[in-house]
Amino acid sequence: MTDSKYFTTTKKGEIFELKAELNSDKKEKKKEAVKKVIASMTVGKDVSALFPDVVNCMQTDNLELKKLVYLYLMNYAKSQPDMAIMAVNTFVKDCEDPNPLIRALAVRTMGCIRVDKITEYLCEPLRKCLKDEDPYVRKTAAVCVAKLHDINAQLVEDQGFLDTLKDLISDSNPMVVANAVAALSEIAESHPSSNLLDLNPQSINKLLTALNECTEWGQIFILDCLANYTPKDDREAQSICERVTPRLSHANSAVVLSAVKVLMKFMEMLSKDLDYYGTLLKKLAPPLVTLLSAEPELQYVALRNINLIVQKRPEILKHEMKVFFVKYNDPIYVKLEKLDIMIRLASQANIAQVLAELKEYATEVDVDFVRKAVRAIGRCAIKVEQSAERCVSTLLDLIQTKVNYVVQEAIVVIKDIFRKYPNKYESVIATLCENLDSLDEPEARAAMIWIVGEYAERIDNADELLESFLEGFHDESTQVQLQLLTAIVKLFLKKPTETQELVQQVLSLATQDSDNPDLRDRGYIYWRLLSTDPVAAKEVVLAEKPLISEETDLIEPTLLDELICYIGTLASVYHKPPSAFVEGGRGVVHKSLPPRTASSESTESPETAPAGAPPGEQLDVIPTQGDLLGDLLNLDLGPPVSGPPLATSSVQMGAVDLLGGGLDSLIGAPNFVAPPAATVPANLGAPMGSGLSDLFDLTSGVGTLSGSYVAPKAVWLPAMKAKGLEISGTFTRQVGSISMDLQLTNKALQVMTDFAIQFNRNSFGLAPAAPLQVHAPLSPNQTVEISLPLNTVGSVMKMEPLNNLQVAVKNNIDVFYFSTLYPLHILFVEDGKMDRQMFLATWKDIPNENEAQFQIRDCPLNAEAVSSRLQSSNIFTVAKRNVEGQDMLYQSLKLTNGIWVLAELRVQPGNPSFTDLELSLKCRAPEVSQHVYQAYETILKN
Amino acid sequence: MGCRRRDPLSCRMLRGEERATEAENVPPVIPTPHHYLLSVYRHKIFFVAVVQTEVPPLFVIEFLHRVVDTFQDYFGVCSEPVIKDNVVVVYEVLEEMLDNGFPLATESNILKELIKPPTILRTVVNTITGSTNVGDQLPTGQLSVVPWRRTGVKYTNNEAYFDVIEEIDAIIDKSGSTITAEIQGVIDACVKLTGMPDLTLSFMNPRLLDDVSFHPCVRFKRWESERILSFIPPDGNFRLLSYHVSAQNLVAIPVYVKHSISFRDSSSLGRFEITVGPKQTMGKTIEGVTVTSQMPKGVLNMSLTPSQGTHTFDPVTKMLSWDVGKINPQKLPSLKGTMSLQAGASKPDENPTINLQFKIQQLAISGLKVNRLDMYGEKYKPFKGIKYMTKAGKFQVRT
Repeated sequence: MTDSKYFTTTKKGEIFELKAELNSDKKEKKKEAVKKVIASMTVGKDVSALFPDVVNCMQTDNLELKKLVYLYLMNYAKSQPDMAIMAVNTFVKDCEDPNPLIRALAVRTMGCIRVDKITEYLCEPLRKCLKDEDPYVRKTAAVCVAKLHDINAQLVEDQGFLDTLKDLISDSNPMVVANAVAALSEIAESHPSSNLLDLNPQSINKLLTALNECTEWGQIFILDCLANYTPKDDREAQSICERVTPRLSHANSAVVLSAVKVLMKFMEMLSKDLDYYGTLLKKLAPPLVTLLSAEPELQYVALRNINLIVQKRPEILKHEMKVFFVKYNDPIYVKLEKLDIMIRLASQANIAQVLAELKEYATEVDVDFVRKAVRAIGRCAIKVEQSAERCVSTLLDLIQTKVNYVVQEAIVVIKDIFRKYPNKYESVIATLCENLDSLDEPEARAAMIWIVGEYAERIDNADELLESFLEGFHDESTQVQLQLLTAIVKLFLKKPTETQELVQQVLSLATQDSDNPDLRDRGYIYWRLLSTDPVAAKEVVLAEKPLISEETDLIEPTLLDELICYIGTLASVYHKPPSAFVEGGRGVVHKSLPPRTASSESTESPETAPAGAPPGEQLDVIPTQGDLLGDLLNLDLGPPVSGPPLATSSVQMGAVDLLGGGLDSLIGAPNFVAPPAATVPANLGAPMGSGLSDLFDLTSGVGTLSGSYVAPKAVWLPAMKAKGLEISGTFTRQVGSISMDLQLTNKALQVMTDFAIQFNRNSFGLAPAAPLQVHAPLSPNQTVEISLPLNTVGSVMKMEPLNNLQVAVKNNIDVFYFSTLYPLHILFVEDGKMDRQMFLATWKDIPNENEAQFQIRDCPLNAEAVSSRLQSSNIFTVAKRNVEGQDMLYQSLKLTNGIWVLAELRVQPGNPSFTDLELSLKCRAPEVSQHVYQAYETILKN
Repeated sequence: MGCRRRDPLSCRMLRGEERATEAENVPPVIPTPHHYLLSVYRHKIFFVAVVQTEVPPLFVIEFLHRVVDTFQDYFGVCSEPVIKDNVVVVYEVLEEMLDNGFPLATESNILKELIKPPTILRTVVNTITGSTNVGDQLPTGQLSVVPWRRTGVKYTNNEAYFDVIEEIDAIIDKSGSTITAEIQGVIDACVKLTGMPDLTLSFMNPRLLDDVSFHPCVRFKRWESERILSFIPPDGNFRLLSYHVSAQNLVAIPVYVKHSISFRDSSSLGRFEITVGPKQTMGKTIEGVTVTSQMPKGVLNMSLTPSQGTHTFDPVTKMLSWDVGKINPQKLPSLKGTMSLQAGASKPDENPTINLQFKIQQLAISGLKVNRLDMYGEKYKPFKGIKYMTKAGKFQVRT
């Protein structure tokens, strides 16, 4: 007799039959019927129609039946809220049952029923259960508080459950302590600013005591909580570490990794001279190695974390290279991770072993793995200088195998080796050239062409080789085309006599026959360079290239430090801070390693880099992204990039932005929905003279009758920095739409065409809502006014300063970058008026530390004038009060991303000697306050 | 939307249809737009947990493995039909194991007190008497200082058996020298003792154990100071400790493989010969030897003769397996013959790797030896027994 009988297909009358059975007098029949219902529910059949009948079975002393009914309730209560009320009485009664198992079961189930009406009834039983004499009930109730908080946070706070929960941290039973910590941590996650887990040396001591006695899962909760604590000095850090180290011997790998996190974090505070520091380092290695003997899934997570640990503190595992050697039947995701760590650990001491292994891997079956192994050899050469020669000869051996993909991969990495050690290994070029014909992948072809161009003077038949590629020019990928163009120009500059024809051929192919704007641009630039000043061309194209850095694949140090704080979490698997991928209404706090604050003095301390450029600088040309000069210098064959073999999802898992940084609490604020990663299309070949685009121009009128304040246009990009293109502009907001009003002036001597615009990711997701429409070519000394409609659904990344916007404008001449600050009030939305009650509640709800005070000097306006002027910029006066002769205005505004800002503005009417306004701002994301204040000042003073 | 953070109730079986690649190669953490799917693949079933917020993935994966262990413990085997057959018990057990993402009871001792495992006898009895398989008493161990042990245990025969099992993971290169070798050891116990016995176990050479993971019952302090295992054992079967003897210590390799595999470029025949022999076995016999090897795609068939045992070659999967049995040092087992290769095709790019399985009874290859086992706290004299065994773990020979 098995349960599989419950899976037999539903016949028409089945629900009917079940109904009859559920109402049967026989207990056994009832129970069988409920079991059938549960089984149907599990496989996704809708049995909600039986709700009243199932709930009727709840009043029973048979525990199994009761549990089954509870399971059913949890699943269906949401869809039948009115019916669910019927169950309340039984719940309340069960919470008083003499059997603690039943009390706990009742309170646990009630917490899982997400129906508002039920939660009201839950409060009283929950309060009792939190103070129950039986620890089993208390620990269940602790978790229930977290559940309830998720359904109705306000209720939990009003009922004082949070305080009760905090008291449970001092409970005598370690399991209760662990669950209280878990519940508080979960609640704190959704309230980053609240000080729920107020950790101090006393509470830490309690946690450490409970740590030794609670279950493995409880240990994980407690360790994760400990990791958020910052000890006051190195002594405290050491004493916590000492008490945490025994956890490294736990059989549960999650406990081990959480302990590693605490130790890695607190170690930061210990002086390296300390004996204990060395001891700790030694203790960390064995448990990490042991994790690698676990199941492959655990290995994978462990390896991703070890990858971080190895970058932060390579000394821990420097002798353990061998455990990362790949077994041929490891799953591919484990193999790739092991390989990555092998390279990170490679040093002069072990390079021979590593190379022998890598060579072995290069003969495996799995193509992806083989490729990665070949690349790894190249990375070794770049990382360990002494090994470069060996690596090159290994690569040559592999090229001799003539296995197609191995050869191609090897050529790609040899190109990198040339770039790292110029003029050292060029003797191998002949061997490489032999394989020219077998290359069919763009990357390998491009690499080979680069090599031929770069060393054209040493290759006798370089012109023939390149010419052979030219035949199929149009069938090549862009990467190869660009490379071919550059290589031939190089060849021409080196051997001008024989290759004139060739260079003309490629230039005309690139500029006249190609649809690709990048290729055309580059072709024109070379053409112009060569025709105007060949000497300059030589200096530019054959300029000395910077050496590629030895480890381009290292995680940037500040990000690494942050990730170390997230060891063991999803962030550590993705190597991205949680703010970059955790979605939804949870605020995310940035974590950072504790600074070393020693009780005794210590000399070196990790520095925190100053964040960004000093604010207030209106204009700066961005040199970093997509460096055009670098591009011209044909550096577009990037150094080897190694990422995790993760499937990139459509959420913001895209490449880490070049300009660094990440999202932070501001962006993680409520209501924020992660937009798709795709940014505004570049739309390079913008259609010209399209009649429709006129529509956009209509809005560009200067008259701002009802809209918010518009600043006069300022020069954003001076002509000097943009080869004759001058851009000035301003931002407007009118009836809900934001636009960027631009004035383009051509101060060069030639016609400009093909305009396009693109924004970098920015704090509020500003992005062009339409392509940049310039109707006719812009002749010299001509000026056009364009209004570019914007939206706020672009990709989001926090900028410094917050309202910084980085823009790229392209025309037929070049791509130019500039950055500008936009006034925040263009983001104030029209429905920013808060209801009074709501205002009061919200004002109280926002903690006082989020309040910011400002003064607006010399503003001789009265309250009405202030109010109406602000209103036109979508700052709404919610209430007005007169206190001791001063007018107090209470105002609200809402930003496009849903952040509310509340303001209290003090105006002193009729006092000419006192014209300063006092402004207090409260906001859940306090970093916007400064900018809101600036918006106030701009609006009121203009 | 319910906010169940970790929801292994959705441990539905994904089976074959999701097979984008080979099942073993599905990464354990998969991001989707709104959730994260954490999975483990065991017994040819994926067990998936759906996670909405940032949680430690190891936490979830460990938990999933625990779920599988529990199913196996409950039903003997963990397979799709078995899970279907016992769906209600599965549901009940999961409900006891997890509450809204917080693990509740994961110790099998406690679970079995809460939900009795199904047996044929109990099913029959339940049907007749109408009683249930849900316990209505709070498990005694649930909140005590020794949560892993229930009170009031009684046996007529008091016995405690310990198995020291070591697995060698090794990679041997072409020439027969060891590239890496390590030992994963465990001590599994079966303890059936009345009352609350307090045991101590000491070793002849505890210094070997420098990297150990203990069952929560082991008193860590005592181990740190005296290198003695002192513990109140759980009732029944459990893993007392696992240890790892790292690659830095010299690991004895008990077997060697002599191989000569040649694919010739021109002819469509290749030659194949392997011989297995004992190396450092401390005088014990090597038994249960099997040799498997994934042959390159170009191998169409193999015609081989073993000196002992049986062999098979699957021309579809290209898997060669040879069940050798015992190794007799006087007459070494060998397997030789020819391979027929795809005509005209060039020599395969990769060399096959040989995978070895074997067992050695009465030997812990690391040299670990138990010195003595003592019991305190109870008056009776228990039967005690220690067994040693060495096995091959991932033991690979490159050719």
